Amino acid sequence: MTTQTAPEQEQFDASDPSLTRFDLVKEGARRDGVEIVHYAPRFPVPGTKAEKRIERVLGLMFLLTGLMGTAFVVAYIAWPWHYGHGDETYQKLFPFYTPLLGATLGLALLTLGLGIITWSKKLLPEEVSIQERHDGPSDRTEQRLTAATIVNMGDELGLKRRKFVGLAFLAGAAPLGAAAGAVLVGSLIKAPKQDGENIFFTTGWDPAKNGGKPVRLTHEDGTPIRPADVSIGGQITVFPGIPGGATNKYGDSPTLLIHLREQDAQETLRNVKAVNKDSQWQNFVAYSKICTHAGCPASLYEQQTNRLLCPCHQSQFQITDNARPVFGPASRALPQLPITVDDEGYFVATSDYRVAIGPAFWERP
Amino acid sequence: MKRRKIDVRALPGKSAEALDERFQAATPLRRLLNKVFPDHWSFLLGEIALYSFIVLLLSGIFLALFFDPSMREVVYDGSYTPLRGVEMSQAYNTALHLSFDVRGGLFMRQMHHWAALLFMAAIVVHMFRVFFTGAFRKPREANWIVGVLLFWMGFLEGFAGYSLPDDALSGTGLRIASAIMLSIPIVGTWVTTSLFNGEFPGDVILDRLYIVHVLLIPGALLALISVHMGLLVKQKHTQWPGPGRTNENVVGVRMFPGFAAKAGGFFMIVFAMIAALAGLFQINPIWLFGPYKAAVVSAASQPDWYVMFLDGSTRLFPAWEIRFDLFGWGDGYTIPPIFWPTVVLPGILTMLPMFYPFIEARFSKDKAVHNLLQRPRDNPLRTALGAMAIAFYVVLLISGGNDVLADKFHISLNAMTWAGRVGILVLPPLAYYTAYRIALGLQQHDREVLAHGIETGIIRRMPDGRFIEVHQPLPLDEHAVEGDGHHGLEYAGWVVPKKMNRIGALAPTVKGFFYPIEKAAPTPKPAPYDIGVPKREEITSDR
Repeated sequence: MTTQTAPEQEQFDASDPSLTRFDLVKEGARRDGVEIVHYAPRFPVPGTKAEKRIERVLGLMFLLTGLMGTAFVVAYIAWPWHYGHGDETYQKLFPFYTPLLGATLGLALLTLGLGIITWSKKLLPEEVSIQERHDGPSDRTEQRLTAATIVNMGDELGLKRRKFVGLAFLAGAAPLGAAAGAVLVGSLIKAPKQDGENIFFTTGWDPAKNGGKPVRLTHEDGTPIRPADVSIGGQITVFPGIPGGATNKYGDSPTLLIHLREQDAQETLRNVKAVNKDSQWQNFVAYSKICTHAGCPASLYEQQTNRLLCPCHQSQFQITDNARPVFGPASRALPQLPITVDDEGYFVATSDYRVAIGPAFWERP
Repeated sequence: MKRRKIDVRALPGKSAEALDERFQAATPLRRLLNKVFPDHWSFLLGEIALYSFIVLLLSGIFLALFFDPSMREVVYDGSYTPLRGVEMSQAYNTALHLSFDVRGGLFMRQMHHWAALLFMAAIVVHMFRVFFTGAFRKPREANWIVGVLLFWMGFLEGFAGYSLPDDALSGTGLRIASAIMLSIPIVGTWVTTSLFNGEFPGDVILDRLYIVHVLLIPGALLALISVHMGLLVKQKHTQWPGPGRTNENVVGVRMFPGFAAKAGGFFMIVFAMIAALAGLFQINPIWLFGPYKAAVVSAASQPDWYVMFLDGSTRLFPAWEIRFDLFGWGDGYTIPPIFWPTVVLPGILTMLPMFYPFIEARFSKDKAVHNLLQRPRDNPLRTALGAMAIAFYVVLLISGGNDVLADKFHISLNAMTWAGRVGILVLPPLAYYTAYRIALGLQQHDREVLAHGIETGIIRRMPDGRFIEVHQPLPLDEHAVEGDGHHGLEYAGWVVPKKMNRIGALAPTVKGFFYPIEKAAPTPKPAPYDIGVPKREEITSDR
């Protein structure tokens, strides 16, 4: 391409005084493969009414930009902004702080943007330019030359002739690559098995976490729960009564303690499956609150139907039938926590959950 | 000593010369300034994403100065009284601090969030534009793939971002993410424990997400955007067909000053919209959600809109769990139902679009280079496939909020789920068929106008009593042979005038908003209807 345009370039004298500036612009564009086919000023006669009007509009817009920008700065500094501070008037004005910032900055930027676009649409010359594309593959010769260069590079390494060196290089590079991977893998990989137990199969209700004693059911503040604390048909969220039992450290342990009505309790007993045997204490049942679908707390309890709904993906569980999923994407029942009441009259978990709680995973039977 | 006078007027020229001596920039710079950009509103959609990204970078840097992703437990002691004394993570604490105790902090937080929503929205709409116009065809397949990757990177970046404040909503989202990772066969538990450093939530996830959110993904996004732009400059824009426009040229305005001014102005307008949204419309009021606690969730827990379609697919997918024994090895194994809509589906939704350009080229046996765009109607098959994909997506999106819809419109929640399950199977084929027929119909109408002319709205009664509508034929080009039976214009895949004022039969509208700023052209007087009858005269009584 350069060779083709070279002779023309020589003929063109950029310092020729007879050339207008636009001649130079056109020549520059031509060299870049661009032809300016239409280029007309919007207002060939200067100072017409229409042109003046556009100028006034632009002036107004940019003035507004300045005005709104100033308003933003003033509002940012002077308007009451601090939640819960100052006197009554301060707090009355406070809610408008963020809206004011948005409105002033928005208007400042909007008028600026509209001004610039108006400028380009109304004052910049009308233009149609055509640029040539140069699609398609490179010149055949070019391709060959590059290919030869690359192949030559490979040949020069002489891997074909000196197989040993190549193998030795690979033997050296592979461990080095592994070293880079090893640091990453070794520092980040953590096995699901900790201290001989798969952490997905144990929760805070494991007596081992309480020095071998059964874990009490407690409120969030750690106080233990008596049967009388839950009214008939009521339900409360309980946590393992161990240090930090109600914190996110035991995110797998929140449990729903439900005081069933007499006939519901009987029905629950009739329906009980082998895995949940002897988990119920009188009319009280405790089920894991962690949905077996995606792990959200399934916490919307419909008292009349004894259904538990998970608000994340609408799985529904039938409490009176082993918390079996009856609707939605969940496929497993909520695990039941075996409970009883200890000598002091407080609820305790007789053991950990008998199956893994929460969302299912590969190793889960 | 004599002071050397600096010739101020020669300064720009002198410095330019000095710079060129060092960088030889004259030719490449002029080439850049002269680059031609075609003009069409639909080419601006991608720009919205680019500008939102700039706003995201700027506002994000501001937020990073105040935010601490630590999961250390602290007791809140800030200005927001309802949460005082509540135990929370340092991350949530600093997010609250940003919202209440940093001047303009809430504004910047909302700006960052709105810009993210707009970024993803612009990417999606831009993707639609590129798909339906066939702009992804050869030679631009690579840039299409980069675009698909940009969508998923933005998706991950957004998810990581709204997980950081550690409010109840973000914690719930993270918990679902952990369930999704758990569901991956064989490696699920290992992936989860490695990422969370133990069981969910552990105590490192926010620190890790933070570095992902502020360094790794933004770096990847920047790199991908650079490639996206670089390829765009190298391969030049596509353009619509039209007069003077061919597959071998670009018709438009040069970058400077025309395009740059418009783009700069447009940037300001996008920025203005984000600022206005940030100030006037509340987004993600984390102080209302409270700190994340594993036992707490509220109804209407929805992710940000671009994640909602996956939430929808999770809700709709039936409880199909696969349990099996590996010849008595281990205690039995499970593939949970959540695996399909959240791991397999996104996998398909990544691979299918990425390979679509090649699939289409293969089926249409089209190996040519395409720089001219196609109107959706001119490729009914692609349009129908796109409509099908959108229908699929929209059903999922709506299902992602089906509990809110059920609540607000008093519909049974279970009915909403079933409507989604049926809808996802029925609506996409229906959309396919409808879009296909509409595309063909529009094409047909264009051809009709080219063959017979524009409907004038004038009904004429023929001597034999028939009524016909008069059609105004379009002017023929010079190649057409008069009376060859095939009169009319060649179908060119571009806009066909369908109203008389489009071909100058009516005067253009008078300019001016409240009052005319120019004189209206005189109303053209209808030419006397000369059929050889003497001019009629007023009837008088003639007395």
